[in-house]
Amino acid sequence: MSRQIEEGAANFLPQKSEMNVTETIRTRLEAAFSPDALEVVDDSESHRGHAGFREGGESHFNVMIRAEAFKGQSRIAQHRAVHAALGPELVSSIHALSLDIGA
Amino acid sequence: MTETTDIASQIQQTITANDVVLYMKGTKEMPQCGFSSRVAGVLNYMGVNFADVNVLADDSIRQGIKDFSDWPTVPQLYVKGEFVGGCDIITEMTLSGELDTLFDENGVAYDKDAANKIREANG
Repeated sequence: MSRQIEEGAANFLPQKSEMNVTETIRTRLEAAFSPDALEVVDDSESHRGHAGFREGGESHFNVMIRAEAFKGQSRIAQHRAVHAALGPELVSSIHALSLDIGA
Repeated sequence: MTETTDIASQIQQTITANDVVLYMKGTKEMPQCGFSSRVAGVLNYMGVNFADVNVLADDSIRQGIKDFSDWPTVPQLYVKGEFVGGCDIITEMTLSGELDTLFDENGVAYDKDAANKIREANG
């Protein structure tokens, strides 16, 4: 019964557009740090043919972030804070995440 | 003893027995990943005597080192038993001179001229 309702709703409602990984990274970092500057670049294409590349991209990301929250933190603490904000699932699903972090 | 603590104690032993240890994909002679290659390349270029551990050769170490360091990626550099960082951090520390300072403070021998050359080339 409930399954039928779900299917009925799914057929009726427009499909929710899923956030891509770039948007997900951006959204989570904005929520966690209210950054002064934030750049998220999907750099996957430049790794074509290398380890970890997959068709469709979303495997290699470069992130530049500047936020007050990082002030006075060690580099390791800054990186750990970003990893935590992104969440372990996202971090482990990305082959390579290059972080440029500053206050 | 469980397998997990076995691996943790194995890692502890490695980073205690060697002043400088790089957990990496591949070996220092033949890295298998650009990020591991970068860090191994810096250490090689600076003439640092370091132990390399190829995580691709052992899945339990591959996961074990991530748990041990609470760090999700490889490469990982240890100096005198302390976790220093991954590729981004080592790159930044090389360019800022902090890596030299870390080696100085820990009595790790390296070629200062080579370190300066890396900085000049990326200045």
